[in-house]
Amino acid sequence: MLGKLDWSAIPFDQPIPLVAGGVVLVAILAVLIWVVVKGHLPYLWHEWITSVDHKRIGVMYILLASVMLLRGGSDAIMMRIQQAVAYQSQGYLPPEHYNQIFSAHGTIMIFFVAMPFVIGLMNLVVPLQLGVRDVAFPTLNSVGFWLTATGALLVNLSLVIGEFARTGWLAFPPLSELSYSPGVGVDYYAWSLQISGVGTLVAGINLVTTVLKLRTRGMNYLRMPMFCWTTLASNLLIVAAFPILTATLAMLLLDRYFGFHFFTNEAGGNVMMFMNLIWAWGHPEVYILVLPAFGIFSEVVSTFSGKALFGYRSMVLATMAICVISFMVWLHHFFTMGAGPDVNAIFGIASMIIAVPTGVKIYNWLFTMYGGRIRFATPMLWAVGFMVTFIIGGLTGVLVAVPPADFMLHNSMFLVAHFHNVIIGGVLFGAFAGFEYWFPKAFGFRLDERWGKLAFWFTFLGFYVTFLPLYIAGMLGMTRRLQHYDVAAWRPWMFMAAFGMLILSIGVICQIMQLVVSIRNREALRDRTGDPWDGRSLEWATSSPPPVFNFAFNPDVRGEDAYWDMKSRARQQSLEHDEPEYQDIEMPRNSPTGFVCAFFATIMGFALIWHIWWMVILGGLGAWATFVVFAWRDHDEYVIPAAEVAAIDRVNLEERRSLVSMAGIV
Amino acid sequence: MSMTTTAGHVHADPHHIGVVIEHPGPASKRIVTAYGFWIFLLSDIVMFSCFFAAYAVLSGQTAGGPKGSEIFEQRNVAIETVCLLLSSFTCGMASIAADVRNRFWYYLGMAVTCVLGVIFLIIEFREFADLIARGYGPSRSAFLTAFFSLVGCHGLHVSAGVLWLLTMMAQVFAKGFRADVLRRMMCFALFWHALDIIWVGVFSVVYLLGGGT
Repeated sequence: MLGKLDWSAIPFDQPIPLVAGGVVLVAILAVLIWVVVKGHLPYLWHEWITSVDHKRIGVMYILLASVMLLRGGSDAIMMRIQQAVAYQSQGYLPPEHYNQIFSAHGTIMIFFVAMPFVIGLMNLVVPLQLGVRDVAFPTLNSVGFWLTATGALLVNLSLVIGEFARTGWLAFPPLSELSYSPGVGVDYYAWSLQISGVGTLVAGINLVTTVLKLRTRGMNYLRMPMFCWTTLASNLLIVAAFPILTATLAMLLLDRYFGFHFFTNEAGGNVMMFMNLIWAWGHPEVYILVLPAFGIFSEVVSTFSGKALFGYRSMVLATMAICVISFMVWLHHFFTMGAGPDVNAIFGIASMIIAVPTGVKIYNWLFTMYGGRIRFATPMLWAVGFMVTFIIGGLTGVLVAVPPADFMLHNSMFLVAHFHNVIIGGVLFGAFAGFEYWFPKAFGFRLDERWGKLAFWFTFLGFYVTFLPLYIAGMLGMTRRLQHYDVAAWRPWMFMAAFGMLILSIGVICQIMQLVVSIRNREALRDRTGDPWDGRSLEWATSSPPPVFNFAFNPDVRGEDAYWDMKSRARQQSLEHDEPEYQDIEMPRNSPTGFVCAFFATIMGFALIWHIWWMVILGGLGAWATFVVFAWRDHDEYVIPAAEVAAIDRVNLEERRSLVSMAGIV
Repeated sequence: MSMTTTAGHVHADPHHIGVVIEHPGPASKRIVTAYGFWIFLLSDIVMFSCFFAAYAVLSGQTAGGPKGSEIFEQRNVAIETVCLLLSSFTCGMASIAADVRNRFWYYLGMAVTCVLGVIFLIIEFREFADLIARGYGPSRSAFLTAFFSLVGCHGLHVSAGVLWLLTMMAQVFAKGFRADVLRRMMCFALFWHALDIIWVGVFSVVYLLGGGT
C-alpha cells in the first residue's frame, strides 16, 4: 500500500535532523496559522499563489532562494564546525549524516538558491527592460516556479522522512547505483531535480521566447540592455543543457528502478558515460548561473558610474562567445580519469580560452568606471567586491585548467575553494547586487544603506577568511569531503575557515536586519518617481512597484540606454504637458494551474521515491487533468479600462515631471 | 525629411549602409506560441541526442547476450515506419482542415493519425514483450538497456502524443476552432512531425546500422 514507506523512515535515533525538521515544521505551521487567523489567505491566494504576473513570480522565486539559502547555509556551518573539531576524532556528526549534509549543501545551493535567485531576477526585470507587459507564456511561468518549489520541498522532506543522498551533489555512479546506495536518498535527489528541472526548462523556454519575440518598438537587438543579453545567453544554455541533465538522471533512475545497465559495473555499463553526460550539462550550468550575474554587474556599474557601458558590443560578443564555448570544456572536470594527453590538452586549452571573454568583461567594467562619477551605493559595493574576488577565483580556475596541475589539485580543498570563489564571488554577489538594485522597483521603497553596507563588508571579509584557508589546506594535500582527519598541519586552517563562517553568518544577519529595518522605515525610504538610482534602462521608466500592466504605453526606443535617452530628451525639449490618450489594456487572468499542477507533482514525486505506484498514477492523472481544465477555460484575459489606466499612470507621471523639471532648473 | 529620419535613428544603422530596420514591436500570439514550441522541440531533441549517444556508446556491450542483428525484425520495423510516415501525412491533412475550419476532414484526419499511432505503439509493444519473454529484457545487457531506452523514449513520446491528439479532438468538439485551440493544434502538429524526424533517426541508427552483420 505505501511501498517502501514505514515508521523506520523517521529518524527517531538522530536528534539533529529531527529537531531541525521539527523546528521548521513548527515555524511553517505558525506562519500558516498567522496567515489564516489574520485573514491574509484570500489575498495570498488571489494576488500571489495564482498570480501569473512576471514581477510577482520573480519575487516568489527570490523568496524561495532566500529561504533555501538559510537552509544551505546551515549545512555549511555544520560542515565547517565538523572539520574544525574532527581532528583525530569523529567530531559531532556521524559519517553517514555528514555525507548527506555535503550532498544536500551542494544540491540546494546550486538548484534551489542560485538558480531560483537568478531566474527570479530575470523574471522580475527582463520584461520591464524590454518595455513589454509580460513574458511570452505567463501561466507556464507560474507552473515553472511552482515545480521548482516542489523540488525544494522534496529535498527538505528528506530531512525528516527517509534520508538524502550521501553521494555528493552530482551522485556519481557506481556509488549512486542501487547496489551501493540502496536507500531512498539518491531517489530523493534525482526526483526533486527531475521535477524542478522541468520547471527550469519551462522558465528557459519562456525567457528565450520573451527576449527574441517580445520587445517593444525600436528595441533592436543591439539596443537591449546588457542584462537582457546575458538573460538570452543564459536561457539558451538552459534550453540546450537541462535536457541533458534530465536524460542523465532518467538513465540513473532506470538503472535504480528497473535494473538497467547504463552506468553499472556489470553487463557492459559505462560509468564514464555518466561523467561525460552530467558535465556536458554541468559546465554550461556554471555559465547559466554566472552570465546573468555578469548582466547585473553591467547594469549596476554603468548606472552608478553615470556612464554608458564601455564596449557594449564587445560585451555582447563576449557573452555569446561564453555561451558557445561553455559547451566545449566539460572534460576539464575529470582530467584525471584517463582520457589521454591529447584530449586533456584540447580541453585544457578550451578552458583557458573561455577565460578570455570573461577578461574582456572585467576590462569593460573597469573602463566603464574610469572617468565616471561613481556613487558607492550598496549595489556598487557588491559589484566592486565581485570584480576583486572573481579575478582571484578566475585565476585559480585557469590554474586547474592546466591538466598537470589538475592532477595534483583534483578533488582537493583547493578545488572547493576555487568553485566557491567563483560561485560566491560571482553568482551570489551578483544576486545580492541585483537584489539591492531592483528591490525598490519591486516593492516601492529602497533598502537601508547602513545595514546593506555592513552586510557587504561582513560577507566580503567573511568570504576571504573562510575560503583562502581552504586553498592552503588543498595545497597541503587535504582532499574534499573528509568527515575526519589526522593531519595536524590542516587543523589551524580549518579553525580559521570556521571563524570565517562566523563572519559570513554575521553578514547574513545584517542582511536580515536590513530587510527588517527597511520595512519598518519604508515611508522614509519610499521611491515615488520610480527611478531611485538615476537609471538608464526601461525598468526605471515606470512607477515603483510597476502597475500590473508595467507600461501604460509600450515605450518607443530610439537607441541604447533607452530611458537615459528619454530623460535627456525630456530635459532638452521642455516637457510635453498634454495628456496622452489612454487605451484599454488586456492582461492575462490569474490561474491556479501552476499551484495545482505542482501539488500533483509533489504527490507523484513523493510516491515515486517511495515506490507507491497507485499514488504515482493518481498524481500523473491529476497533473494531466489540471492542464485539460486550463485548456478548457473560456476567458483567459481581462480588460483594464482606459480610465483606470489613466488614474494609475497620472500619479506617477506627475512625480516624474516634477523630478525632470527640477533637474532642468539645476 | 529623410535626413532627419536617418539622424534620429543613427544607432540603428551602425555601419552607415543606409538601411534602418526598426524593430516593429512584440510579435503576435500565434508567432510567439509557435516559436516557444519550436524551442521546446529543440530541447526535446537534445534529450533524445543523449539517448542516441548512450546507444552509440553501449551498442557493442552485449555482455554475452544477443546482438542487434539477432533480434531486430525488419518487417515489423518497416510497418512501423510506414505507419508513422503516413500518420504525419494525415496529421498534415488535419492541420489544413483546421485552418479552413472543416470539422469532418479534421476529425477524419486526426482519427486516422490516431489509429496509425496506436498501430505503431502496438507493434512496438509486442516487439518489447516478445524480447522480454525470450529473456532479452533491458537488464540483460548494456546494449539492450540502451536499445529499450532509446526506442522506448520515442514510444513514450508517441503515447503522450496520442493522449494529446485525443484531447485536441475533444477540445475542437467542445470549443470549435477558437484561436487558442488552433494555436494548440499547430503545436501538436509540430510535435507529431518532430517525432517522425526522431523516428527516422532511430530507424537509421538502431535498425539499419544494427540490422546488418
